[in-house]
Amino acid sequence: MWKNRAVQTLLIGAASTSVLIVVLIFLFLGKEAAPFALTPGLSALFDSKWIPVSFQRERFGILPLLSGSALVTLLAMLITIPFSVLGAIYIAELAKPLEREILKPFIEILASIPSVVLGFFGLVVLAPLVKSFFGLNTGLNALTGAILLSIMAIPTVISISEDALNSVPHVYKRASLALGASQLQTIFRVTVPAALPGIIAAVMLGVGRVIGETMAVMMVTGNAAIITANPLDPVRTMTATIAAEMGEVPFGSVHYQALFCIGVVLLLVTFGLNVIGQQVLRRYGMRQ
Amino acid sequence: MVDKKQALLLEDFDIEIVSRDLNFYYGDNQALFGISVGMPAKQVTALIGPSGCGKSTFLRTLNRMNDIIPGARVEGQVLISGKDIYQHGTDVVKLRRKVGMVFQKSNPFPKSIFENVAYGPRIHGTRDRQQLAAIVEKSLVRAGLWEEVKDRLNDNALGLSGGQQQRLCIARALAVDPQILLMDEPASALDPKSTARVEDLIGELRELYTIVIVTHNMQQAARVSDFTAFFYEGALVEFNATKLIFTNPKEKQTEDYITGRFG
Ligand SMILES: Nc1ncnc2c1ncn2[C@@H]1O[C@H](COP(=O)(O)OP(=O)(O)O)[C@@H](O)[C@H]1O
Ligand SMILES: [Mg+2]
Repeated sequence: MWKNRAVQTLLIGAASTSVLIVVLIFLFLGKEAAPFALTPGLSALFDSKWIPVSFQRERFGILPLLSGSALVTLLAMLITIPFSVLGAIYIAELAKPLEREILKPFIEILASIPSVVLGFFGLVVLAPLVKSFFGLNTGLNALTGAILLSIMAIPTVISISEDALNSVPHVYKRASLALGASQLQTIFRVTVPAALPGIIAAVMLGVGRVIGETMAVMMVTGNAAIITANPLDPVRTMTATIAAEMGEVPFGSVHYQALFCIGVVLLLVTFGLNVIGQQVLRRYGMRQ
Repeated sequence: MVDKKQALLLEDFDIEIVSRDLNFYYGDNQALFGISVGMPAKQVTALIGPSGCGKSTFLRTLNRMNDIIPGARVEGQVLISGKDIYQHGTDVVKLRRKVGMVFQKSNPFPKSIFENVAYGPRIHGTRDRQQLAAIVEKSLVRAGLWEEVKDRLNDNALGLSGGQQQRLCIARALAVDPQILLMDEPASALDPKSTARVEDLIGELRELYTIVIVTHNMQQAARVSDFTAFFYEGALVEFNATKLIFTNPKEKQTEDYITGRFG
């Protein structure tokens, strides 16, 4: 049937377009970043300082940016995961219908606030709070960034986890209750394990959002490219660096190429996380 | 099976489950009307009647599984071993341990065979691995599934056939050591061979448990039960020894139903 074949071709075309786009992005980033590998060489990226504009020696170490991104992301996930998973469990399993009707639209609104607006909120509300709470000189640090990112990620993670919990068949819960399990035992031993693949997927999406987020983080993390593990230090992330410097960098300069190197690293990191996420999902999916 | 040549007399048995003037409502809809009945211990009681007459609803009042339905309401009493289970302060967890349930559609958890059977004992506090293994084996043996699954206890339960899944659910219910077993059309989704297997199983379990089974299959009721309760439109029309119900019904409605004039 020619119709069948046409539809098939169309579908293959659509599917391969997405692959093609990813490949093109990789190629484009690679092309712009490649000259950096010749001079000054890739080893320059492992420097401990990022000083792209200097009258003495320019330094392009992305380690402080990597550590900044890692610190902010880890902190954000530490806040996001318990809040969203418990929140989703509450909304899906425990909340009364009225509570659910109030909470759900509220969470949806939170999910749709533009990140720049949240950045302002972080700057004028959150940062001063963090500053006075910990008695710091400035509230612009990794923790503030992480809290802000959590506020962005939590609604999405809650919504998707909640869907996963809701799609657990009622017969499982009924079987558990009929065996004399309490509601909480049923939730934690039957419903959550059965929804785990969906919850993991939700968390992975949240991580993606947190790593990729730029504007808000740039506004509240303090923008200091230092290597630190202290949540109360100012840091600078990879995305924020690209966003802040790309506009002013001379086209084709070493600095320009270094920024593209950061882009490649970012892409590799997200790619790697995706692969890990798939693996985790497959493992837990199997265990079900 | 019991010798049914002589009809059983209710007076000869201990009565384990009693309902008194039991009314049940789904919101404004009354589903049960003044059910009063006493079901004997260590016997099989079948609940029969046309679909929608309240058999499942009545069965669920016996382990309070109706509690989880929003808007559901009970009036009257259900006494199990002499205690009113709707009395204020009844421990529902304890009640459901004592009154196990098997559902119409088999519903094993998406876990291993072992974990399915061990689930009940675990939530009730058994931690010791050996003790759990012993309970699992005993329950699977009783449910007639042990020989088929003993070499693959760690396989996912959802990989079993429909009939095996239902027997697994029976084993899971037995693992918490109940006194009473409620079964809601446990074989209605099974092929004839698996159905026969489950019916045989009920025959074996009747020695150990008080069984209440819902069925819309009258041959099945006749085959497996000692006593039969006929429900019609939310009311209990007749309750008697199965043999008497099927050979000499007192009520016209019962006779019409068992002779297949409606249903
Ligand atoms: N969860 C429920 N909510 C509202 N009405 C119900 C519910 N379950 C059953 N009913 C109603 O109660 C009546 C008895 O149903 P049921 O006990 O399931 O009958 P049976 O098991 O004999 O077929 C029916 O009219 C049915 O529509
Ligand atoms: Mg029914």
